[in-house]
Amino acid sequence: KCPGRLADYASAYVHRRIPGGPGKLTLLCDANTDGSFLVHHFLSFYLKANCKVCFVALIQSFSHYNIVGQKLGVSLTVARECGQLVFLEGLKSSVDVFFRAQAEPHPLQFLREANAENLQPLYEFVREALKPVDDGEAAWRCPVLLVDDLSVLLSLGMGAVAVLDFIHYCRATVCWERKGNIVALVHDSGDTEDEENNILLNGLSHQSHLILRAEGLATGFCRDVHGQLRILWRTPSQPTTQRDQSLTYQYKIQDKSVSFFAKGMSPAVL
Amino acid sequence: MAAVATCGTGAGSTGSVVAAGSKNHVTSFQRRGPRASGSDSSYSRLVSIAGTRPSVRNGQLLVSTGLPALDQLLGGGLAVGTVLLIEEDKYNIYSSLLFKYFLAEGIINGHTLLVASAKEDPADILQELPAPLLDDNFKKDFDEEACNHKTAESNIKMKIAWRYQLLPKMEAGPVSSSRFGHYYDASKKMPQELIEASKWHGFFFPEKSSSTLNIEPCSLTHGYIKLLQFIQNIIYEEGFDGSNPQKKQKNILRIGIQNLGSPLWGDDICCTENGNSHSLTKFLYVLRGLLRTSLSACMITMPTHLIQNKAIISRVTNLSDTVVGLESFIGSERETNPLYKDYHGLIHIRQIPRLNNLIYDVSDVKDLAFKLKRKLFTIERRVE
Repeated sequence: KCPGRLADYASAYVHRRIPGGPGKLTLLCDANTDGSFLVHHFLSFYLKANCKVCFVALIQSFSHYNIVGQKLGVSLTVARECGQLVFLEGLKSSVDVFFRAQAEPHPLQFLREANAENLQPLYEFVREALKPVDDGEAAWRCPVLLVDDLSVLLSLGMGAVAVLDFIHYCRATVCWERKGNIVALVHDSGDTEDEENNILLNGLSHQSHLILRAEGLATGFCRDVHGQLRILWRTPSQPTTQRDQSLTYQYKIQDKSVSFFAKGMSPAVL
Repeated sequence: MAAVATCGTGAGSTGSVVAAGSKNHVTSFQRRGPRASGSDSSYSRLVSIAGTRPSVRNGQLLVSTGLPALDQLLGGGLAVGTVLLIEEDKYNIYSSLLFKYFLAEGIINGHTLLVASAKEDPADILQELPAPLLDDNFKKDFDEEACNHKTAESNIKMKIAWRYQLLPKMEAGPVSSSRFGHYYDASKKMPQELIEASKWHGFFFPEKSSSTLNIEPCSLTHGYIKLLQFIQNIIYEEGFDGSNPQKKQKNILRIGIQNLGSPLWGDDICCTENGNSHSLTKFLYVLRGLLRTSLSACMITMPTHLIQNKAIISRVTNLSDTVVGLESFIGSERETNPLYKDYHGLIHIRQIPRLNNLIYDVSDVKDLAFKLKRKLFTIERRVE
């Protein structure tokens, strides 16, 4: 059996010190299944690890993440109030920005535009959210940018290249300049011929240090095994003297946790 | 009319009793959970809205889709603040019936309706709604205000036997004493006085298309922009978003949008593969934003079988909360196949949302078929 908590296991790698190492980009990906449990885990992990988190939450409401977060042991409300968490609630903000012209640039202002070229306002929002605090004492550990999810930006009119540029700029600021980490979810659209999404997914896969890929089982729905998780460690900036390592586990999502087991070793089977 | 009025108030009063009783049933986390938007104000106040009940799974407020069989498959009903997408069957026969059940349920519960269509005048759609079924068994339920243990037994008429056996006895507990979900007689029309007593807003695109926009064009088609403005206006004016402290809205807004994505809305995704690929998805995103911040629930029917670009269908699915596909046997080879002779089509539960939860209540039976009998629309596990 794999050590129970995925977020600890995978994130232990992410925090392993590499001499002069920049921060890491972790790509979360789901194919034929819902990978949002990974987002919830990383959110709670980084908050518990005392990191400053900027969460670009485009898919669900604040209360949804908060309620799940409480099951995993964190309170987003408290984190937000004390400044540890900067939360961009996409659904709610989209209504504000769509129906009312904003005086100042809004991170989601591309929603109002016919041909928005880039995600610069969103990048500025992230940079502002994770900028170093000036009071000398670092209140929080490394900054983290979490995005749920990047695929929806394509549905909102941005091209894959614009989204890749956005991540590139964020990496420059968050990973290199501030030695922080980025975790982002992208859907794998499989054989639905979503060209833009494939470009985005492939582009990010090449840049990522760690890829966690949740897949639905090939054999279809199963009550005891919800899917399969592939973990792939990569070293994008180094020549491939080391082979990329990967591990595969099957998982079952429960009310307050996710349990992992080696293939075929589900407790239901044994 | 009197029977329905009794039912309505009955639902209201037993609803508030339920709030006290069900505190013991539901885990406490969702009462502590801070709620950001106006729609998530105090738990006990919400439970007393007619025609709603809290989900056993996650405390989410649910409304009935108008088809109790479908409610069961969706984990109890449609969550307030979410979108139910129905992928239309080929000739839009059964999806249009589901649409009518949804609206009829709104009228019976006293919910406010918002009906949007590019094909039919909403006033005409309302005239076509099915009448609530009031034969002997059901009439008894309407008349009794006390907790009704017979509700579960009367449901045996609906052939989803396998599902009831597996579920915990949620139907027999105090939560079900307020009437949730009604049956409709598709062969009769909703009584005129009920329609007239109901509160509804209609959006008929051909009538609205000429007026001017006050939002800059932003890659949404004209029709979608106007519809969003209309919906947002109703939500704001009638206080469904809780923004106006003067208008304490204690009712649900049921939004029904018909044939979204069809060329009648001005969208070309059903005509060509290289159509406007962002208009519909952007619309859905902003719509969901409006729903999440108000006391409303929305059913959309969409002719996905006509959409040329498959990538759009998968994006639309990701942007919807619940997705149900209907496949009718009319005109297909299955019509004459003896395996399917008892049924009119298949129903596919493509997606169920995980709201406020890591898990969801997903059924393990994927083979579901439906049939429209003279009075009832039933859903059954397909027997091989």
